[in-house]
Amino acid sequence: MSKGRFGTHGGQYIPELLMNAVIELEEAYDRYKNDPQFCAELAELFKNYAGRPSLLYFARKMTDDLGGAKVYLKREDLNHTGAHKINNVLGQTLLAKKMGKTRVIAETGAGQHGVATATAAALMGLDCEIFMGEEDMRRQALNVYKMRLLGAAVHPVTSGTATLKDAVSETMREWTRRIEDTHYVLGSVMGPHPFPTIVRDFQAVISKEIRAQILEREGRLPDAVLACVGGGSNAIGAFYHFLGDESVGLIGCEAAGRGVDTFETAATVTTGRLGIFHGMKSYFCQDEFGQIAPVYSISAGLDYPGVGPEHAHLHDIGRVQYVAVTDDEAVDAFEYLSRTEGIIPAIESAHAVAHAMKLAPGMGKDKLIVVNLSGRGDKDCAAIARYRGEELSE
Amino acid sequence: MSNIQKAFDRGKALIAFLTCGDPDLETTERLIAAMAAAGADLIELGIPFSDPTAEGPVIQAANLRALSGGTTTDAVFDMVRRVRQTVAVPLVFMTYANVVFSYGTERFIRTAAEVGMDGLILPDVPFEEKGEFAPACRAYGLDFVPLVAPTSKGRVPMIAKEAEGFVYCVSSLGVTGMRDSITSEIGAMVGRVRAATDLPAAVGFGISTPEQAAEMAREADGVIVGSAIVDLIGQYGREAEPAVSACVSAMKKAITSGP
Repeated sequence: MSKGRFGTHGGQYIPELLMNAVIELEEAYDRYKNDPQFCAELAELFKNYAGRPSLLYFARKMTDDLGGAKVYLKREDLNHTGAHKINNVLGQTLLAKKMGKTRVIAETGAGQHGVATATAAALMGLDCEIFMGEEDMRRQALNVYKMRLLGAAVHPVTSGTATLKDAVSETMREWTRRIEDTHYVLGSVMGPHPFPTIVRDFQAVISKEIRAQILEREGRLPDAVLACVGGGSNAIGAFYHFLGDESVGLIGCEAAGRGVDTFETAATVTTGRLGIFHGMKSYFCQDEFGQIAPVYSISAGLDYPGVGPEHAHLHDIGRVQYVAVTDDEAVDAFEYLSRTEGIIPAIESAHAVAHAMKLAPGMGKDKLIVVNLSGRGDKDCAAIARYRGEELSE
Repeated sequence: MSNIQKAFDRGKALIAFLTCGDPDLETTERLIAAMAAAGADLIELGIPFSDPTAEGPVIQAANLRALSGGTTTDAVFDMVRRVRQTVAVPLVFMTYANVVFSYGTERFIRTAAEVGMDGLILPDVPFEEKGEFAPACRAYGLDFVPLVAPTSKGRVPMIAKEAEGFVYCVSSLGVTGMRDSITSEIGAMVGRVRAATDLPAAVGFGISTPEQAAEMAREADGVIVGSAIVDLIGQYGREAEPAVSACVSAMKKAITSGP
């Protein structure tokens, strides 16, 4: 079995053209991940640029209203650029810089990863090019503007369904065109080894902080940690330091779209099957001949037909439970959290909030739930208004 | 010696590629016969995939046309079974790992051998992952053809030593598709391959004119032409036979005796 496996999942299913690039990346990562200088620089960026540690907020009104478990929100939405994406991007761009790369490329779905990459590239003085589905550019025009404002070039991707999966394919193609000076800042715990491990390690700061914060506040570990799962980077970040604690239930919330019994869904673990795509073996939404299925979710960030290989493995061994949350439930949660706590969550994160709303009332008042609020929802306001039949001009 | 190696017996080999089912499988069947008649020594049959990450726009579009027309892996196998009754040139599948894996790797390879295929090329399966595919190929008598690239450098000997059929040398950086010029040092890459194996080395990616084909054939044992043929199929559809035959025969002439 090749490197980078999580059970049967993972691996390096990529063109030979890219093999030396991922080997070089793995070697660089192994060299720097425990290098005191590198770790100090990254810690400094996390603290004084991204604004870490992010708060662990006790949602008192939500807790009272739901009438069960105490609900805490891990406020990744308060990070610079408004989502967890910055953790991974700062780590990878710093690594790219150490490797002597002068240019970074990245895919983006909702635009959050693109904005984060453009931000870090501006900070570190790297050229930056972002690949984004044409359909997503239309849905997230403000983020396109932000990326350009930050000095990045944004290339529309028109192939396939013109969404996140096609943006990943096109960024991979671009990497084969120009490797020498270019690092591909992959945005989630997916793709070929070593990306799933690198991205997880940079996102693991989330669970490291949650653990320390909840121990300080409550003197014990939580009973459940919830996070939304597209590729799965915020989820793996929120779960990682609890994987060894059997008492902590870990729940990944996938996008069911219009429902897992319809074709308009992006719930990969629930509806997909084992396959090989985008460099990894994992679960994918696909037809009987292995053609990757067009997926759908109201959330551009969860609109991906696969899931990271470590999640596939955590599902196989039963350590993480994966549930599907519909558009309707996520939109309700988006509005509920705004109204109840004065916090507008990203529609992606609202999927996890929605499941917490189902879970908390059935749990005792002495139980603790942590919801990873992976991003803020400003970017989604126009789309949610439209979903409710109201036209906004941004 | 495998059938594929025999394709290189009569001097420089011309390897022609098309995407099965573009625009339909009846056309593919006729084009395979026409390409063989026009001088193709080996034919690569692309099984369409929804997300072909190693392809440029021309072959991406062909994949899309084939899938929109309802082409399936089973229908491709049936087409090959029919075509094998009249066409003798070696045939190699070129597709993506998931097409093979989702069919059931062993079942796919067994069926491919049964219908008369000679080899398999998976551009998203590098040396490190071939253990999942190559043993089944060997068991059923298919050659698992590896790729080497300009970026492979020190990896070439390892890949070439375990190669079967031939070694597919990727001419330059990037995805498949026509290029104005091919700048990589083909000679050096082919030299590294030859130092490690006696198998033939064929060059592909971006060869679209007889001049380029002739230039590559000076260095390598064979030349692979894909996007140039697929582009003609895209233009002429069901009527592509004359144009494709002319292209194949011009390429064959160019690599045999210069353009």
